[in-house]
Amino acid sequence: MTAGTAPIPQAPASPGDSGERLITAISRNVRQFGMLIALVVIVAFFQYTTGGVMLKPQNVTNVFLQNGYIIAMALGMLLVIVAGHIDLSVGSVAAFTGAIAAVLMVNYNLDPLIGIVAALVIGGLIGAWHGFWIAYMRIPSFIVTLSGMLLFRGLTLFMLNGQPVGPFPSGFRDIASGFIPEVFGTVQDPFGPDQLKVTTLLLAIILCVALIVLDLSSRREQLKYGFQVSHVGQFVAKNAIQTIAIMFLAYRLAGFFGLPEVLLLVLVLIGVYMFVTVRTVIGRRIYAVGGNAKAAMLSGVKTKKMVFLVFINMGVLSAVGGLIAAARFNSATPKAGDGFELDVIAATFVGGASAYGGIGTVAGAVIGALVLGILNIGMGLMGIGIDYQFAIKALVLLLAVFVDVRGKNRD
Amino acid sequence: MSEVLLEMRGITKTFPGVKALADVSLSVRRGEIHALVGENGAGKSTLMKVLSGVYPHGTYEGQILFEGREAKFSDIRASEDLGIVIIHQELALVPQLSITENIFLGNEEGAHGLVNWGAAHARARDLLKIVGLDDSTDTPVRRLGVGKQQLVEIAKALSKEVVLLILDEPTAALNETDSQKLLNLLREFKAKGISSVLISHKIKEVESVADTITVMRDGRIVETLDATAGKVSEDRIIRGMVGRDLTHRFPPRQAEIGEVVFEVKHWNVAHPIYDDRMVIKDVSLNVRRGEVIGIAGLMGAGRTEFAMSVFGRSWGRFVSGSAFRNGKEVDVSSIPKAIKNGVAYVTEDRKTFGLVLISDVKTNITLANLDGVSSHSIISEPREIRVANSYRDQLNIKCSSVKQIAVNLSGGNQQKLILSKWLFANPDVLILDEPTRGIDVGAKFEIYTIINRLAAEGKAVVFISSELPEILGISDRIFVMASGQIVAEMPAAEASQETIMKAIMRLGRASDEGIVA
Repeated sequence: MTAGTAPIPQAPASPGDSGERLITAISRNVRQFGMLIALVVIVAFFQYTTGGVMLKPQNVTNVFLQNGYIIAMALGMLLVIVAGHIDLSVGSVAAFTGAIAAVLMVNYNLDPLIGIVAALVIGGLIGAWHGFWIAYMRIPSFIVTLSGMLLFRGLTLFMLNGQPVGPFPSGFRDIASGFIPEVFGTVQDPFGPDQLKVTTLLLAIILCVALIVLDLSSRREQLKYGFQVSHVGQFVAKNAIQTIAIMFLAYRLAGFFGLPEVLLLVLVLIGVYMFVTVRTVIGRRIYAVGGNAKAAMLSGVKTKKMVFLVFINMGVLSAVGGLIAAARFNSATPKAGDGFELDVIAATFVGGASAYGGIGTVAGAVIGALVLGILNIGMGLMGIGIDYQFAIKALVLLLAVFVDVRGKNRD
Repeated sequence: MSEVLLEMRGITKTFPGVKALADVSLSVRRGEIHALVGENGAGKSTLMKVLSGVYPHGTYEGQILFEGREAKFSDIRASEDLGIVIIHQELALVPQLSITENIFLGNEEGAHGLVNWGAAHARARDLLKIVGLDDSTDTPVRRLGVGKQQLVEIAKALSKEVVLLILDEPTAALNETDSQKLLNLLREFKAKGISSVLISHKIKEVESVADTITVMRDGRIVETLDATAGKVSEDRIIRGMVGRDLTHRFPPRQAEIGEVVFEVKHWNVAHPIYDDRMVIKDVSLNVRRGEVIGIAGLMGAGRTEFAMSVFGRSWGRFVSGSAFRNGKEVDVSSIPKAIKNGVAYVTEDRKTFGLVLISDVKTNITLANLDGVSSHSIISEPREIRVANSYRDQLNIKCSSVKQIAVNLSGGNQQKLILSKWLFANPDVLILDEPTRGIDVGAKFEIYTIINRLAAEGKAVVFISSELPEILGISDRIFVMASGQIVAEMPAAEASQETIMKAIMRLGRASDEGIVA
């Protein structure tokens, strides 16, 4: 029994063969950044097949104008799926909240701000309605939100009397189609004919620097606690690629009308939700509930409350999506938001969230939304029929999840 | 004596890190009732799973001879084809289906994929007659009591033309009348030449019904007693079950015991579904600063149910009772409140209730006390890592880093991880439910050492275990639980396995009689 008393010495972390380490690092990164790589490949593919049209400033801008609401709603769906649930009602809720804002602004001539706040509050209440049945009455989320999908579609028809309501005041329209005001004027593009918007470029530079500073400080922290960190070369390469990608995007946007307001909104939301999921107590608890609800409960996590909050959040973000969509089409229609739920759920799963709960990242969901959005635009530019588009997206979804599941099983 | 039906020779079965069976040989004669006794974890169920093909040929060493021929079962079906039928402790019936449907499940009466319900019901009726059940054959099984369900299981076994019937604690959930009925059935089968292997903790019934008694301990056969020659006494069987060298398995313990820290008085809890079934009956106990109390008892005695109901009513429907911390009554009606009032419960089921397996070590350690690593609800990663590293060192958790995913840790290290989580929550009283189940001897010793250290630091520890030597080796004071009641309290110094076992058996008899009356 003496063997038991003496603490068994920790095996020193073996430095290992550096070549071997590089290979494992690459393979780990391939898995981690698999979807990002797929995104790049897809963009490159369309850039080639459309003869360079894909990355024209207008199309790059369109990617964000067309997918802003999907990304916003995917942030909420990510939390729902991480908590081990699903929400099928987001399309109907988006339509309903959009309709509320539209009726208030158009029929009652109220200030757009009132319409927006009303839509967000009602979105939250709808989320609370779903969350109540799911968390406290223990009805499966699939059923509750299927019911919500029908209920709020019906209420949308009722609100709008079956007619589109619009157009909207320009201040509201700008949410989806406006661009940030140009403060610093323009410069001539050295590589092309366009005038570049300087403000957009400056904001991009600030973002790049901020990201590098954040990454550096987290790396320093990791080193302080003796964690293995990525190779310096890898670190530099990652940040270089990231900076180039952001600057390239900004360059393209600057060559058109500059930074779309909706992209700014979505970027802020992405930042907030990244922070919430990674760094806050509530984010941690949501992941724990999805990872093992019983263990979380026995650790003192109020699991029901967490699920309730996640659905309220989803309701609010559905309203955000509904507002952006309404603004984009300049009217609220009875059919608005039809099928959004499928795009949003697909984006989350393509981005690596687990259908069993507990796993998924904000970055993944955003990349998933972009993959699907770029497929839409690229296939449209190529002139592929809508019939094939559906089929191709379907197969991409299946393939992405298959690769993800295989990768996890092998771990 | 009659011919040998079954012979198992030199069976050895290892699981990662544990030798569950070591060179076990067992022989069963035709038409005998062979009792298999031993403590929880002695290897009885494992041995029967080897026999019935749950662990297929090739996953164990040794040889099985059935009716003189070597048998290499690839699955349960293969053993059933030869007439070996096992009835597990957790009944394998589908509650929504009828008696007939359950009896022929997987073995449907009829041909060409069609079921002949007429013939099935007729045969089911005949089988029910044999086992003495007069319910209609289309009654859904969920409408039957546990005793009748057990009889349906046996009817199901008979439908397969059973030669050797294995029953894993068939009477554990039955009252005295139903138990007697079942044991009489075994005697009838014996007359018809059907052999039974009976795994049981109820020594009294073993004593009354068995022809041969095999005693197992630590994955080995200790002895085989012939009961046909003359009655084997209860004491004799218990001595065989528990007798082992107890020195040097536990770290030495010098207790410095203070005042009462935590106390529960008149605690009553009902079953979560059956309101009228009281599972915990008027339990009162206390634990003092620096003290380790043991709660001994067999599986199903209500220990886990008691502990979980104290821990924020996380089991059952609370009926009455009060909890006191340092003499003042406290509210433990929800888990967050229980934690706030200094109670921590370390579950017996690590994987289902204890850990978020897909999360990493540090996330698991801080889950019960995220406030301890955050300010304004924002988690500080440096603080979290510092905390996790400190517990990793203190408890010697073997992991590549605190960012390793919990699922990849060994059982012992997972257990230390759960302990860390609760230590970080800084409770006054720590309830440990079977903390050493399924972990190897070395890790057990480490857990015992940690418990001693916690007590020395002034924590009060409640230690629940089915292994009596462990309870005796680690506790200062022992409460014995049976049928949801505290049936004895004794200082560990005066306790022995025999006294504990006797306390349990005594109540077993009293409560059975109570049910009959």
